[in-house]
Amino acid sequence: MRPDFWVVQTFNGLSYGALLFLLASGLSLIFGVMRIVNMAHGSYFMLGGYLGLTVALRTRSFAMSVVAATVAIALIGMAMERFFLRRLRGQDLGQVLMTIGFALIFQDLALLIWGGDPYNLPVPAALSGGLRVGGAVFPIYRIFIVGVAVAVGLGLWLLLDRTRAGAMIRAAVDDGEMAQGVGINVPRISLAVFGLGAALAALGGVIGAGFLGVYPGADFEVLPYAFVVVIVGGLGSLPGAMAGSLLVGLLDNFGKALFPELAYFTLFAPMALILAIRPTGLFGRA
Amino acid sequence: MIRRRALAAAIIIGVLAALGPVLPAYPLTLITQALIFGILAMSLDVLLGYTGLPSLGQAAYFGVAAYAVALLATERQVGLLGCAAVGIALAAVTAAVFGVVAIRARGTYFLMITLALGMVVWGLAFRWVSLTKGDNGVSGVPRPELGALSLSAPLPFFYFALVTAAVSWTLLGLLVMSPFGLGLKGIRGSESRMEALGYNVWLHKYLAFVIAGVFAGVAGVLWAYYNGFVGPTDVQLVTSVEALLMTALGGPGTLIGPVLGAGIIVFLKNFVSVYTKRWLLILGAVYIGVILFAPYGVVGAFRRQRR
Amino acid sequence: MRARVMRLILTVAVVLAGTVPGSARAQSGPIKIGLLVPLTGAASALGKDMLAGTELYLDEINRQVAGRKIELIVEDTEGVTATALTKARKLVDQDHVAILTGGLLASTGYALHPFADAAKIPTTYPVMSSDDLTQRKPAKWVVRTGWNSSQSMHAFGEWVARNLKYKKVATIGFDYAFGWETVGGFQRTFEEQGGQIIQKIWTPLNTTDFSPFIAQIKPDADAVFAVFFGRGSLQFVKQYAETGLKAKIPLIGNGTVTDESVLPQMGDEALGVYTALHYSAALDNPANKKYAKAFEAKAGKIPSYYAETCYTNMRWIVEAIKAINGKVEDREAFLGALKKVELKDFPRGPVVIDKWGNPIQNIYVRKVERVGGQLQNSVIFTYPAVSQFWKYNPEEFLKQPLYTRDYPPCKYC
Repeated sequence: MRPDFWVVQTFNGLSYGALLFLLASGLSLIFGVMRIVNMAHGSYFMLGGYLGLTVALRTRSFAMSVVAATVAIALIGMAMERFFLRRLRGQDLGQVLMTIGFALIFQDLALLIWGGDPYNLPVPAALSGGLRVGGAVFPIYRIFIVGVAVAVGLGLWLLLDRTRAGAMIRAAVDDGEMAQGVGINVPRISLAVFGLGAALAALGGVIGAGFLGVYPGADFEVLPYAFVVVIVGGLGSLPGAMAGSLLVGLLDNFGKALFPELAYFTLFAPMALILAIRPTGLFGRA
Repeated sequence: MIRRRALAAAIIIGVLAALGPVLPAYPLTLITQALIFGILAMSLDVLLGYTGLPSLGQAAYFGVAAYAVALLATERQVGLLGCAAVGIALAAVTAAVFGVVAIRARGTYFLMITLALGMVVWGLAFRWVSLTKGDNGVSGVPRPELGALSLSAPLPFFYFALVTAAVSWTLLGLLVMSPFGLGLKGIRGSESRMEALGYNVWLHKYLAFVIAGVFAGVAGVLWAYYNGFVGPTDVQLVTSVEALLMTALGGPGTLIGPVLGAGIIVFLKNFVSVYTKRWLLILGAVYIGVILFAPYGVVGAFRRQRR
Repeated sequence: MRARVMRLILTVAVVLAGTVPGSARAQSGPIKIGLLVPLTGAASALGKDMLAGTELYLDEINRQVAGRKIELIVEDTEGVTATALTKARKLVDQDHVAILTGGLLASTGYALHPFADAAKIPTTYPVMSSDDLTQRKPAKWVVRTGWNSSQSMHAFGEWVARNLKYKKVATIGFDYAFGWETVGGFQRTFEEQGGQIIQKIWTPLNTTDFSPFIAQIKPDADAVFAVFFGRGSLQFVKQYAETGLKAKIPLIGNGTVTDESVLPQMGDEALGVYTALHYSAALDNPANKKYAKAFEAKAGKIPSYYAETCYTNMRWIVEAIKAINGKVEDREAFLGALKKVELKDFPRGPVVIDKWGNPIQNIYVRKVERVGGQLQNSVIFTYPAVSQFWKYNPEEFLKQPLYTRDYPPCKYC
């Protein structure tokens, strides 16, 4: 192995984990408040990437593409919750199936609108290139992703821990019925959380498109990863999503590098194991 | 009631058997596909419809059996009995191992665990190239011979699948109507109540899980012979998701409903895709439509109406 | 006794089924061609190219030949082999096509072989390139009109060793048959010319994040040989350039790394990459110039090899139909004609089929350059009339194992 193998791989695992955090934090929040396993979460990621691509190509502004993608997908997510999922309050299986249906529809719409070609999202020159440290080169864009994830993580923590809205969300996660009983407008919280979760996934999609590209099939490819993170970390827990995404990012990277024949096994088997021992994940609660 | 259901089933089987020689080859192969997936959907129904455990991982046992058959048939020239026995046994063992992990959870957690376990098998199929040939898959699986009868042609294989499906349905039907099956339904209603009544809930769930794995394996065996080819796509998440849709569409907890659901989905996919490229969109809309307007599935709605 | 009676009844039933209306075979009716392409799913962009290339040729001849109309029946494989098999059954059993063609995935090629032979349906593979389909596991009824994976790589290995003078090369590619056969072919001739493959890295088929693999590349390599296609090519070249390695360790690869299906989406990171394939959109012959222009007018993009191979494939089929005066119902004759087509003015140059059903054709060494503001695969060298066996004796070649992950063994790893 190259001498800087471990350093570079750790960095790669961290940056991939950072991307996963963006994706999984939303999924975790949605589940925490609404107990919905959102099978369309990968679709939000993919659509965010595609929308970001279109805006980036039109306006040549990376910032605009990020904003446009997150806002648009947040709206789509909220519409999905408000007009479809809400009707199935309490029907866990029905909600899962419905999100599956939407995932299929989104997949086909993406194919219809953007065609099947793979694309790279154009990134600003300031974020291109690499940082040379010793013999290794660390792409600046990946450092940027870590930065975004940290910022988002901080923002979410501040939101949940320091604001009234956050307190309401936490209450709804802890015990929806009690929260409703105390006067918290749980349906409105649900709507807001769904929108936030979708926005986070879309943010992950746009940013991810800068180094993974955007292509058909991204939705169902990234979804299992999001699930692994959320399951390992604990549904409904922000620190869980952080820990989970770090773990998964590193496991996946090192697994692929060191045990190529078992690559996916090294990812999903530990997850199944953790679930067996602690069914609610590392940081989750029942 | 049992007699009425048995009569209805006998009529359906009889009609299909009579249609066999009359139908052209292609629709016949589609019906064969529907029967195979019908068995898979029934296996899921045992878990979902009767025990209240939604699984997104039945493709794992389906795939394990299919790969076993494909590899044994192409590399060791093992015949039908041997392949089927090993395939189903391996599916059962996999379910037995996975079940220990999965049964600890309920509801959405169970869904996610089974999803993860399904992905484990997919990952192995995809990456354990020296064994499974990876993405190339295993091709050239010869159709089996039943004594002097070769199952190569569509019609004999159709009858083979029909008989297997009918036997599976009968066995599962006897299972869900037995005291064990009634215990499962009770667990679906309320686990705590069944615990209080002295039932070994864990054992009931575990056995249901293994039995579901066994029948998913039966479907897998048929699938390997049907296509003559097995690849990682047979084990992927989408397959488990489709099984879930078939069960939900047909009617969970009705056993025959999922078979009907399988038929609808197979025909939908193959007919719609001839006329439009947007068949995936239509499939998604069907999902949503079913959930909104027929939450108990087609057969479920039918049975409720009759009450 | 009972079994025999059963068999008799079933045989009668099957025969009766065969006479159900819909199986009428008129000598003057349209000639039906069944095309299997992925129109949905992850490979749909390639499927679109395949379809566009096919239709371009058919439109050029007004969809008729030998006094009969041509009816193209397109079926979506969804990029899944099991679905391809189902659709193939439909095309043959229900639509009664005279010939089956298309297919993209290696697994589809292997799965369709026994089907074609069992159904006795003339079949052509324009894209599927697994070596063994025309080597150790051929099918009587299948003719390959495209290429095979190691064909261009035998030539490239020799060319790279002699002209670029690299001694140590690390390879990286998709971990399945196409990747193995491509690397195998390159390794064989490259090492025969004195080169050394010092490392073989394999990535899962759906990789988009290549960083765990790029980080493993040995620093003492003179060059990196890559084999990817589709979005893998797009991401790998970009990520490889981003790590700064491309400037230190040049990148070479097989043709699908810079194929025109992804080249327009690439940027400067693709410049200077040497590859080899049996085609380039920048080929400077009259047939290709005409074809490329027509394709760009139809599809709005430059033709990829997928498009050209399907264009040529369709012309091939039509030439065979002409040779038998349109009597495609005589399947043996049709198959025979397919194996005898020999033309010099395909867009990719002259092509003739060898005894095993694989094309013998030019292999072009290409380099990515920016010409007129656009990236293209400029042709820098041509190896004429390359067969799937390169310069080796076919019988000797076939005695050796198929190129796999571990063959040829990596002696210098």
